[in-house]
Amino acid sequence: MTPEPVLPIRPLADPESDREPALEIHDLTVAYHTQPVLWDIDLTLPEGQLIAIVGPNGAGKSTLLKAVLGLIKPVTGWVKICGASYRRRRSWVAYVPQRESVDWDFPTSALDVVLMGLYGNLGWFRRPKAAHREKALDCLDKVGIRDLADRQISQLSGGQQQRVFLARALAQDARIYFMDEPFAGVDVTTERAILALLQDLRATGRTVIAVHHDLQTVAEYFDHVVLLNMRLVASGPVQETFTDENLQRTYGGRLTVLTQATEDLLKARAQDPSLQHRGGRSPG
Amino acid sequence: MIQLEPTVVILLVGSTVAASCALVGTFLVLRKMALLGDAISHAVLPGIVIAFLISGDRSTLPMVLGAAALGVLTVFLVEMGTRTKRLREDASIGVVFPALFAIGVILIAKYAGQIDLDLDCVLYGEIAYTPWDVLFFDGQNLGPKALWINVTILFLDLVFVLLVYKELKITTFDPELSAALGISPVLVHYALMSMLSVTVVGAFESVGAILVVAMLVVPPATAYLLTDQLSRMLLLSVVFGVGSALGGYYFARWLDASIAGAMATVAGLLFATVFLASPRHGLVAKLLRHRRLSLGMSEQLLLLHLDRETESSTLDTVRRRFSWRESYLGRIVRRLQGRGWIAVSDDGGVRLTADGSAAIERTGQDSLRHVVS
Repeated sequence: MTPEPVLPIRPLADPESDREPALEIHDLTVAYHTQPVLWDIDLTLPEGQLIAIVGPNGAGKSTLLKAVLGLIKPVTGWVKICGASYRRRRSWVAYVPQRESVDWDFPTSALDVVLMGLYGNLGWFRRPKAAHREKALDCLDKVGIRDLADRQISQLSGGQQQRVFLARALAQDARIYFMDEPFAGVDVTTERAILALLQDLRATGRTVIAVHHDLQTVAEYFDHVVLLNMRLVASGPVQETFTDENLQRTYGGRLTVLTQATEDLLKARAQDPSLQHRGGRSPG
Repeated sequence: MIQLEPTVVILLVGSTVAASCALVGTFLVLRKMALLGDAISHAVLPGIVIAFLISGDRSTLPMVLGAAALGVLTVFLVEMGTRTKRLREDASIGVVFPALFAIGVILIAKYAGQIDLDLDCVLYGEIAYTPWDVLFFDGQNLGPKALWINVTILFLDLVFVLLVYKELKITTFDPELSAALGISPVLVHYALMSMLSVTVVGAFESVGAILVVAMLVVPPATAYLLTDQLSRMLLLSVVFGVGSALGGYYFARWLDASIAGAMATVAGLLFATVFLASPRHGLVAKLLRHRRLSLGMSEQLLLLHLDRETESSTLDTVRRRFSWRESYLGRIVRRLQGRGWIAVSDDGGVRLTADGSAAIERTGQDSLRHVVS
């Protein structure tokens, strides 16, 4: 199969399953040994939105993504993507794992990693051709690092590595993008670039479901939020769902530490105007 | 059938073994499973013995199959161990392969009378005898058996790597994505491990288990220090492997010592050379890089210091300020003088020249000022 020589992000052509939710999870329980990590999750997520999955460390956010993608076998429950099993929807789905999940010393170039996004379409044994290379280059272009295509991946900065992963997901030309902490450990420029990319994806009718760790930016970046702490705490549009009360229920005692820190910062800002332009970041 | 010189046979057997091992070994090294090769090379022993006992002769095919089965079993058992989450892979390997190897040893001891299999030969092999162990078919002398076996295995390995290169690459780099895309990492893993087992057992008889381990790990590790591209790493591994085999043979003749041992030694020497001299990952390059960096930083520190302390600086005050050794200070001063950025008077006074001030502006290293102050 030759990939179409189009821009990486084109509008979704077939509204075949328009009435189906992007993701439907029913009675999902996942356990490592006897320890449940996710407990009886029921969740339905709409298409065409930017969706954040938020929760404390160990809340099962990454596990949820992996269970949806069939990388972990659940104890009970089922998952549907656009109304069908993952197996049938494989080509509709792209996955951006956490950056730390791979060995960046692997002897390969940025372009090669992006090409891997096309391996699923290629199927077994068939090798990528010039047209695939073109498409991969377009995807690198879209994330602003076309000039780094031949760079060995360990020679890239953290932000550039994250961009390579995103370009790879773009190459998959999917309908639903699952991302595990796409904003983790990147600088401000990259964070803006990634956000712009996610918004482009949404503008073309695609869905992004991302594990997100920065509570400060949830309301600004996302349309829909899923609050998770082993159980599903809440899920809905950000304005209605991302409330203090729900956050309290998600983070429990742990959030009080956070709120305390925020209050301290606010107090300090009120007293010392020089701190204001720094926002919430620590100086230095 | 043309008659090959014994020397040629030995060189060919050594080279084919080295090339096959380099191909599969590259993926072992990248998967951080180098010791699995070691484990399999020992754990296949009971498979060979059992194949012997069942088939009743030393024909090759049952032996290879028996070994391959045990190889896959080893991988399976090791993974069972790791899946407990209590045993890491190294411990799991350490539990599995001695047990299997020991079973093989017991089997040999028990049925020693029926088996024409020498334990020493298994472990250390004797490539020197390969020219005389010939294959007969239909009364015809087809040439050395080890050559047939290892050429076949090299062919299989080549076909395997070329055919599933893309799959090997993605499952090694990012097994999760691979699984999500529908390219089963488990399937590829077991295919690779089967090829590893077959390769090991073929090489085993000819050159011994120890050399097999050396050939699986050392050439790929050497290549990894030299390249950032998987295809080139495969090629270089083969080159280093074959080079070690050829070089080792002549080294052994010169030393009048074990051929397999000399081949492994040459592989080790090649690694050591590259480890020291590789342009990017080598020890020497790293030291030089570090030194250049530290010299450059010190130069800038000195320039900025002189920029602040315009009048009062002497070589002595500078040396005390930065706690530099005299020789180190001398080097920095000479380098800066050479560029005409500083001037040193006869009484040891140091000052910045106009060019030096311009250089500070140019490099824009104002950020370093606070270090000096």
